[in-house]
Amino acid sequence: MLIRGETGDWEMVLGLEVHAQVTSQAKLFSGASTAFGGEPNTQVSLIDAAMPGMLPVINEMCVRQAVLTGLGLNARINLTSVFDRKNYFYPDLPQGYQISQYTQPIVGAGVITIDLPDGSTKPVRIARLHLEQDAGKSLHDQDPHRTFIDLNRAGVALMEIVSEPDMRSPDEAAAYVTKLRAILRYLGTCDGNMEQGNLRADVNVSVRRPGEPFGTRCEIKNVNSIRFIRQAIEYEARRQIEILEDGGTVEQETRLFDARKGETRSMRSKEEAHDYRYFPDPDLLPLVLDPDWVEELRRSLPELPDAKRERFMRDFGLSAYDASVLVAEKETAAYYEALIDGGRRDPKLAANWVISELYGRLNRTGTPIEQSPVGAGALGELLDLIADGTITARTAKDVFDTMIETGRSAAAIVEEKGLKQITDTAAIEAAIAAVLDANPDKIADYRAGNEKLMGWFVGQVMRATGGKANPKLLNETLREKLKG
Amino acid sequence: MTATDLTRLGIAEALDGLARGAFSARELATAHLEAMAAARNLNAYITETPEQALAMADASDARRAKGEALPLDGIPVAVKDLFCTKGVLTTAGSRILENFVPPYESTVTAKLWAAGAVMLVKTNMDEFAMGSSNLTSYYGPVVSPWRAKDDPRPRVPGGSSGGSAAAVAAAIAMGSLGTDTGGSIRQPASFSGIVGLKPTYGRCSRWGAVAFASSLDQAGPFARSVRDAALLLRAIAGFDPQDSTSVDCPVPDYAAGLDGDVRGLRIGVPAEYRPAELPEDIAALWDQGIAWLRDAGAEIVDISLPHTTCALPAYYIIAPAEASSNLARYDGVRYGLRVPADELTEMYEATRGAGFGAEVRRRVLIGTYVLSAGYYDAYYNKARRVRALIARDFAQAFQRVDAILTPTAPSDAFPLDAPTDDPIRMYLNDVFTVPASMAGLPGISVPAGLSRAGLPLGLQVLGRPFDEPTVLQVAQALERAAGFDPLGALAPALAPAK
Repeated sequence: MLIRGETGDWEMVLGLEVHAQVTSQAKLFSGASTAFGGEPNTQVSLIDAAMPGMLPVINEMCVRQAVLTGLGLNARINLTSVFDRKNYFYPDLPQGYQISQYTQPIVGAGVITIDLPDGSTKPVRIARLHLEQDAGKSLHDQDPHRTFIDLNRAGVALMEIVSEPDMRSPDEAAAYVTKLRAILRYLGTCDGNMEQGNLRADVNVSVRRPGEPFGTRCEIKNVNSIRFIRQAIEYEARRQIEILEDGGTVEQETRLFDARKGETRSMRSKEEAHDYRYFPDPDLLPLVLDPDWVEELRRSLPELPDAKRERFMRDFGLSAYDASVLVAEKETAAYYEALIDGGRRDPKLAANWVISELYGRLNRTGTPIEQSPVGAGALGELLDLIADGTITARTAKDVFDTMIETGRSAAAIVEEKGLKQITDTAAIEAAIAAVLDANPDKIADYRAGNEKLMGWFVGQVMRATGGKANPKLLNETLREKLKG
Repeated sequence: MTATDLTRLGIAEALDGLARGAFSARELATAHLEAMAAARNLNAYITETPEQALAMADASDARRAKGEALPLDGIPVAVKDLFCTKGVLTTAGSRILENFVPPYESTVTAKLWAAGAVMLVKTNMDEFAMGSSNLTSYYGPVVSPWRAKDDPRPRVPGGSSGGSAAAVAAAIAMGSLGTDTGGSIRQPASFSGIVGLKPTYGRCSRWGAVAFASSLDQAGPFARSVRDAALLLRAIAGFDPQDSTSVDCPVPDYAAGLDGDVRGLRIGVPAEYRPAELPEDIAALWDQGIAWLRDAGAEIVDISLPHTTCALPAYYIIAPAEASSNLARYDGVRYGLRVPADELTEMYEATRGAGFGAEVRRRVLIGTYVLSAGYYDAYYNKARRVRALIARDFAQAFQRVDAILTPTAPSDAFPLDAPTDDPIRMYLNDVFTVPASMAGLPGISVPAGLSRAGLPLGLQVLGRPFDEPTVLQVAQALERAAGFDPLGALAPALAPAK
């Protein structure tokens, strides 16, 4: 995507560093809980508080999660990696250093495929993934003069996933985060919850004339929603273009995104950048992985979104669009697969029901699919009632509304409200006769050649039967009667 | 037995006496508490713990009465104030921890108590274990119980574990715990005329010991005999899942096979440990040690450790680098000293400026510098490569020899008021102990004789990783041949010098 400036076209170059909180019970180097939302400082071990003489011990679960993620990103797993100390002073960093991985990360180069709005795809290269500790939280709003510290988050494991600067538009950056998030959620290695800060991104933005070398980049720290990532990129690219077109130069710096104003502003310049004095953490030995263990994890990988989409298209005849929608969230895909019950139910009909009917209703109340009042089994029973002719498709939608409201089963609602489809020829004939008797002029019109009136007659009869008339039977009988 | 007699027993003898019922653990503790109170002028203590001592002694007597005596049951010991002790002030010799009472117990002290030992006192030490004299303690210098023949000036006990060394030399404790990063057990043992053992890196857990330089720090015992040091080592050694650098290998019964038999052992004598400026009395004692071992049936082998002279400079890069990071946690935010200020950075500066002494500040500055962008490769990385070469020197030597014999320190104990304005001169105290620290090897200092001035001198025995048994065996052969009296400081007056 090119941006038109005053002096010609510009291209943006984007790379992302995504911080993903590892899904684990305990922290990266201590046994304290990682649960979200605890009272301040209730999930802090002696190690997290950096008491004198305390030592870190690696949590094997976090290593496993990082390796799984690396495998899911089609990346090289480094069988030997090293934890380093990144030194800086801040009250929410109790040790005075963050344990991270600098020169030897646990995961090396990989690649993922992103899905763009126009239906095309593009590979984005992953440079590396490393494990590191999260910091605590500074609470500046508790007291007019003092800052309070909550260490519950201090020491929680993060995966920093660094992309190559392969993205060229906000759409691509958004698609990258979307796909990365989906992969992490499929793997169960990060819950992807951006509102809780469990997935956040540092966005590197630079601009250049198409075909020229990369320009100077600015890093926008800690952007915590896909919408903000787009806004921050748009704003920052514009800002840089304006500077360059005015004959200025972009200064390499770290910037903050102000979500309220929708703009980025300088946080610290290159000169003010910290010297983190990285060095290998002498409290930890190099992390050495058993290749057999890694292979075992590789074999245990779940089906990931791209593979699932391919299978949905191939096995169920779904369109690329429908398949993409269904695999975007692990829970949706799981719901859909439970709904079609191994292909026993019509996959296309089921896809329509999930995408149009279920989503439409859940979105109205903002309910996530895993909390849907109508589970896959219950919706399946409804689809079965359509398939076996018990109710019409039209009736089914009303029944579904009631199911969503009450949580009751389709069969019970159909039974109670008497919504069973009318397949009794005599009853349908009677309903048709009543409509025809009341509208002799329309019959004449129809017979004079206005065949569009057919639909009007069907509608009248349907209304008279409360939508329960078997559509096929109705059509056939009506056509017969109208012939005269 | 008189109280004085009780304090002069070795650990092995005391265990015998306790087992025979000749005296109780309470009597033993009481005798030591009296000695402790009488020797406060040494300034060897930061926190005395007489209540704990008596309670632990009573518990010990109760166990013994039930026939459930533990390996060190009733043995009174002193603990360097670097080890966190639950509910007992732990300062690391620093003002910045002047009010710090840990809610946890270090692994090695917990193991000592689990073996039945009785805690008498937390001992004075160089601040954060940085020093070779005990002059850097916020709590003032420790005075050695030793005096030179013709010079009444008070002497340093060595450092950094100076209080622990002085306590054992002055018969205040039967044994004590120290830590050795570059020589902080071996050098004070040499200065104080006692045995000091630095185990292999990874042999004892570092969990709960205030960190100085994590890749070098190792806990170890002081005692008045090699056998007693072996008994203490067995109690504190072992794998700890809470310390990722501790090593999971069996702990032998070090004292069981100890008979000082060195027949057939090959003892290496490294040429590089005999610089031109080595004092004559120390060189002579080393030669004497070589002769004793040869006479005892060992084979003496001349060896070379070519990178020896690089060890001290490399050590004074690596240890401060790690220290600068390890000490970052003392920031006034969560525990310890806080000097309030209006702004965060001011608070950090005021707290750390007031909380750390000059030597600690110097090393934090050096460490910060050598890790800085642009200097990392020239200093820290080069020092790591040098360290690997030093380790290789030893590995090659140990293909030819079973143990190495050197002097422990290049001098005897200097007076408290000796000029200390030149830190390099002070750092040279560690010149013979640092190389083995850099290689993670076990080393022991055995008192072997007196200097020309009449002060103790130690000989150092180094061994292969986890070969403490051989190190102890050679040390005991030297001990037997030397016949040194580790209570010699007390001999003339039967009391610590005033």
